[in-house]
Amino acid sequence: MLAADAAAHAAGLRVGMPVAKAQIIVPALIIKDADPAADVDALDRLALWILQRFAPIVAADPPDGIVIDSTGADHLHGGELAMLDALIGRLAMSGVAARAAIADSWGAAHALARYVARPTFIAPPGHGASAIAQLPLEALRLPAAISGDLRVLGFEHVHDIRAQPRAPLILRFGPELGRRLDQALGQDAEPIEPIRPPDLVEVRRAFAEPIGAAETIARYVGKLVIDLCAALEDKGLGARRLDLLCRRVDNRMQAVRVGTAQPVRDNKRLTRLICDRIETIDPGFGIEAMTLAATIAEPLVRRQLMSSLVEETAPDISDLVDTLANRVGERAIYRIAPVSSDVPERSVCRIPAMAPDSDATWPNHWPRPARLLARPEPIETVALLPDHPPVSFTWRGIRRRVKRADGPERVFGEWWKRDAELAAVRDYFRIEDDAGERYWVYRSGDGEDASTGSHRWYLHGVFG
Amino acid sequence: MSTPASHLTVSELRERIARLEGHGRRAKSVLPFGIIDLDTRLPGGGLALGALHEVAGGGNGAVDGAAAALFAAGVAARTKGKVLWCITRPDLFAPALAQAGLAPARAIYVEAGDDKTVLACMEEGLRHGGLGAVVAEVGRLTMTASRRLQLAAEGKSTIGIALRRWRRQTEAADFGQPTAAMTRWRVSVLPSTPLPVPGVGRHRWLVELIRARAGESADFELEACDDTGRLALPADLVHRPAAAEGWRRGASA
Repeated sequence: MLAADAAAHAAGLRVGMPVAKAQIIVPALIIKDADPAADVDALDRLALWILQRFAPIVAADPPDGIVIDSTGADHLHGGELAMLDALIGRLAMSGVAARAAIADSWGAAHALARYVARPTFIAPPGHGASAIAQLPLEALRLPAAISGDLRVLGFEHVHDIRAQPRAPLILRFGPELGRRLDQALGQDAEPIEPIRPPDLVEVRRAFAEPIGAAETIARYVGKLVIDLCAALEDKGLGARRLDLLCRRVDNRMQAVRVGTAQPVRDNKRLTRLICDRIETIDPGFGIEAMTLAATIAEPLVRRQLMSSLVEETAPDISDLVDTLANRVGERAIYRIAPVSSDVPERSVCRIPAMAPDSDATWPNHWPRPARLLARPEPIETVALLPDHPPVSFTWRGIRRRVKRADGPERVFGEWWKRDAELAAVRDYFRIEDDAGERYWVYRSGDGEDASTGSHRWYLHGVFG
Repeated sequence: MSTPASHLTVSELRERIARLEGHGRRAKSVLPFGIIDLDTRLPGGGLALGALHEVAGGGNGAVDGAAAALFAAGVAARTKGKVLWCITRPDLFAPALAQAGLAPARAIYVEAGDDKTVLACMEEGLRHGGLGAVVAEVGRLTMTASRRLQLAAEGKSTIGIALRRWRRQTEAADFGQPTAAMTRWRVSVLPSTPLPVPGVGRHRWLVELIRARAGESADFELEACDDTGRLALPADLVHRPAAAEGWRRGASA
């Protein structure tokens, strides 16, 4: 038995159990031979998929992990937490149960992902040794013999070993222990060898002298982009995601990732997108090689532009959308599309900014408020039941008299979405007070039947 | 002492000053409101394209910015092309903008975390030049920031609207600070058009033109945008004395 998931654990199976014992515990067990080579291949394929979607520096960490260097790429997902949630969620949708952790070093992240993450964990930046101090010894990736011997001697947690003087331990167990400890604490460098898909379009440039100034980097980025676009043109592709990897003198990699909404092969546009993010590159003692790869490249369809003498063409704003998306994140730029639902907060949904235009719009029977509160706020009112608007109401501590009102607009609950909405009803009123302020209030319930709602009043929006 | 030579110099100087001030705008580069009283107060006969304008709400509108948003939506709806709307708080209700004339397919929303990023996105949008209008909801707008935006907008046909919106009523005094915007507006709500039956008529606004470059300030009582984004002058209805509390008869009758 090589691996057990939650269902297996519940049935009583454990890793390392012999097959015969497992067959006794679960009678109808299906048995297949383990195939470690295929497992390694599958892990590589998963790493390639993550390379395309999430971060530029990805490597497989056998037997069951993947290590990702996410600096320079988390802005595209809206932050580290959003990126981890999206990753775990996407893997869960494909049926892969995963745990993920972000930390300052490979060793610390490896330990946290296996022993702390439920299912995600983000260690605060600059955490040092505190994040892994309480973890058991096995979290340090030591060979089984060494960790077994350490347990015999009475060491259990990482902080026990850290507290000891280093020299006698190394004398007894060898340099591996010291190396793994330093890697976990971030004091030893552990460069990740990024995985490269076989047919990737990439261009490289190595420098005789390490470069560090921003203008020099920008100039060479421009030259690399020209070479890359020529290579893409040979294949008839346009780039949708570009990765710039800079290998520094001390063997660490700095990465910058930019994305576009449509395949692009324009030198100026791509150079501008990358140069917008140059200040996130930390050259350290110098950069000795730069690699520019088109991680996602799609066929570029040539379109004939209409002549401007005949008709007014709509200007192309995809480059503006790309620049803004690379600045605020892909999820923060969107259009709003109508959803056919009576409930106001469900009648809008977000779609990508470059989605094709459509003429769909909301029905125009009743006026709608310009600002809608995220949560309807309860108000105290004086109102005649069943269908009269309030005479006065108190909102946020201020009492107002209602001078004019319109309504009720009856909105029924969507019984197919939630059972609780089977009989629920909201009666919306547009009310105006003495000063001219207009509000959108509703009473939950139709005023007669107690099962249709609590008959309390709420303020949902402000009209202009 | 009006020799022809000195006449020539004076008129030349006048022309140069007019060009510097932006008077010599072609008719195509303004967006008129369609109301004669309002258009005659604005230099060029309408809202200048390729320039920055400021709109704020008055009273409670300084914090919720509802009327100001609809005013900006009405202006944006009458331009051609897509509209970029940069926000920090996602509480705008898109069906209301559609009722003001801004179709949902035309508006692109950018949600930024703070004022600085909102202004940077607005600058990018103005500099692109292919949009019809760029609206940004900001709280603080300094003179330098507004000058940058004005420079980015110059020469293009995009209208830039800075929708001023604050978190607390006390911060609204910030609207008094000078900026480099071409015109400055304040939109406050007024009681709606009185109807002879119970109900709420067409909404009304007090639209104050607080500052116009090379123009005078004025204020107008106008009716809110219809579904093409146009404002209107209120027609005075015959005021019939309604029965006292007659509206209690039920708003829906």
